[in-house]
Amino acid sequence: MAAIEETREKVALLGEKYKYGFVTDIEMDRAPRGLTEDTVRLISAKKGEPAWMLEWRLGAYRRWREMKEPNWARVHYPKIDYENAYYYAAPKAGPNPLSLDEVDPRLLETYAKLGIPLNEQKLLAGVAVDAVFDSVSVATTFKAKLAEVGVIFCPISEAIREHGDLVRKYLGSVVPVTDNFFATLNSAVFSDGSFVYVPKGVRCPMELSTYFRINASETGQFERTLIIADEGAYVSYLEGCTAPMRDENQLHAAVVELVTLDGAEIKYSTVQNWYPGDEEGKGGIYNFVTKRGDCRGRGSKISWTQVETGSAITWKYPSCILRGDDSVGEFYSIAITNHFQQADTGTKMHHLGNNTRSRIISKGISAGQAQNTYRGLVSVHPRARNARNYTQCDSLLIGGKCGAHTVPYIESRNSSARIEHEATTSKIADDQLFYCRSRGIAQEEAVALIVNGFCKEVLQQLPMEFAVEAQKLVGISLEGSVG
Amino acid sequence: MLEIENLHVSVGGKEIVKGLTLSVRPGEVHAIMGPNGSGKSTLSYALAGREGYEITHGRIFYKGADMTALSPEERSASGAFLAMQYPVEIPGVTTMNFLKTALNAQRRARGEDEFDAVSILRLVRGKAAALNIPEEMLKRALNVGFSGGEKKRLEILQMALFEPSLAILDETDSGLDIDALKLVAEGVNALRTPDRGMLIITHYQRLLNYIVPDRVHVLADGRIIAEGGKELAHELEARGYAGLIRDAA
Repeated sequence: MAAIEETREKVALLGEKYKYGFVTDIEMDRAPRGLTEDTVRLISAKKGEPAWMLEWRLGAYRRWREMKEPNWARVHYPKIDYENAYYYAAPKAGPNPLSLDEVDPRLLETYAKLGIPLNEQKLLAGVAVDAVFDSVSVATTFKAKLAEVGVIFCPISEAIREHGDLVRKYLGSVVPVTDNFFATLNSAVFSDGSFVYVPKGVRCPMELSTYFRINASETGQFERTLIIADEGAYVSYLEGCTAPMRDENQLHAAVVELVTLDGAEIKYSTVQNWYPGDEEGKGGIYNFVTKRGDCRGRGSKISWTQVETGSAITWKYPSCILRGDDSVGEFYSIAITNHFQQADTGTKMHHLGNNTRSRIISKGISAGQAQNTYRGLVSVHPRARNARNYTQCDSLLIGGKCGAHTVPYIESRNSSARIEHEATTSKIADDQLFYCRSRGIAQEEAVALIVNGFCKEVLQQLPMEFAVEAQKLVGISLEGSVG
Repeated sequence: MLEIENLHVSVGGKEIVKGLTLSVRPGEVHAIMGPNGSGKSTLSYALAGREGYEITHGRIFYKGADMTALSPEERSASGAFLAMQYPVEIPGVTTMNFLKTALNAQRRARGEDEFDAVSILRLVRGKAAALNIPEEMLKRALNVGFSGGEKKRLEILQMALFEPSLAILDETDSGLDIDALKLVAEGVNALRTPDRGMLIITHYQRLLNYIVPDRVHVLADGRIIAEGGKELAHELEARGYAGLIRDAA
């Protein structure tokens, strides 16, 4: 155990150094609090980025300084102190738990409920995995398969160094640097994220998952992801995991850009279960994300599927720009808010090309004293002929103290457009619960059954392994919501 | 198996059942008849343990133990089944999925092995066929868009599947035409066994032509005003509730 003792000593030493500023040791370091141009330069230097990338970041930083934080969403939170945060932290500092015995038992209980196998539990809890689960060999086999067909899947920091031209061509082309306050902030200080490029005509042979991203760093506050599907390509990407994730950083402002060329398709699925705060509504992650897909190519398709159960506040609108003729955009969402959580989420579908189609299925579930808002925009450009949209927006209320709100915007500037909007609001009725209980199904299981039925259409869109976990997650998120 | 002693039940502060005493032994089929508002459904909900149905006085013993100490799901696991008058719709949940979840929940509570999907499918199909329930109905969301007859037949399917010790059928005949009625009655009769007790709650004598009871109890204004064998049902038919109520006064 000598190696571990050594590590512990090293860490203890570094702990003291944190008080005085950053340490240049490449293994564990942290920029001082606050955000200045120097912080941005530090980040860029740490990542070994080329000059163009630093200039890009600096441009974003300077712009951010001039911007005002937006506050039009139906969410309330105490003012964020941007100066009192760390904007750069290297791979997880501090001793990892040596075994599951050292991990918070409540966390383990949740892993067990979600059916996560023991090996994965250890990985998620940060337990040293070398003796137990050979993550390196798994990742290697996986990488080889992708290399065979020419798919690039790597951390974006690696892509900036190794595939600079490709990144430079597309970065910021879907979500411009100045798009919004949080996207601008992200552009200045983004930590890491995924980069995917699928070559012409290639159907990516497996689902890509952030879980397998060969990257030791913890999931960052400012993730930046860029996925490009070249002509006729297909890829399915899974983000997140059902296991509850904690992070000392409260603000998460990620940016995801997707690009599809002619006949290409990207399927992007998210399961988000960030720490939602305690039952009093204290703490919890703010998940303010900008996600957008550009269907540049003719007949291309982008579909977003999300299951959002965590975070104190979720504020995101995964959107599609339906530029290419015959392009298709889809948005399937389950947003669950319980206790004091708040969500203001939805999508934007911009119909620009001809014969474009969009489909929106949103299921919002509120319980406790939570507030859940669907905010959607369907817009049809004056020159977009034969646009078609179908929107179905359903809310389910559990208990008498929560709220569900729908804010649909429809802007149609071409008379050939066909736009349909349906909305329902319902409660879980006492007699439904009694019916289940009188057949032997206990209260919690009954709520999970009814809610999963309510969310079925969206759950069906998820890749299978995710779907099974998501169902369990839905049940768990609503524990204690009735009675 | 079921012993009700001087039961008083209130709903929303109003007393509906005002002192009811009744016993059901294994193998017996009892009919409870009465006009609207007499407390029939209140009795059945109180037996099932529904919230809002307050037992203010009296006792219910089921298999020798105090039934009121059990939650609805516990009562179900211990073999009590209520076929409801108005079965509830649950959108998005297929009938088959519901049956599987319920059956396995009950088995789990009793410490029995759960059935896997294939076994349940086989089991359900077999019992569904006997009740003329087509496969596609099992794929539909529970009771959503079902006709009255379909809903009632599904209740009986559940009874066949769960194999309860005590079955309470609350106005199983309401909303059924003659053919549906016969089918449901056949289904119920097929489940009459020496160790199963049944409480058939109904308005009309007609059902009792098909499901012949051992004992008939007439309920009016929360009390049993007359009891007898199956002939009592015929007498009721002839004289109406008003007649019997007059006699009892």
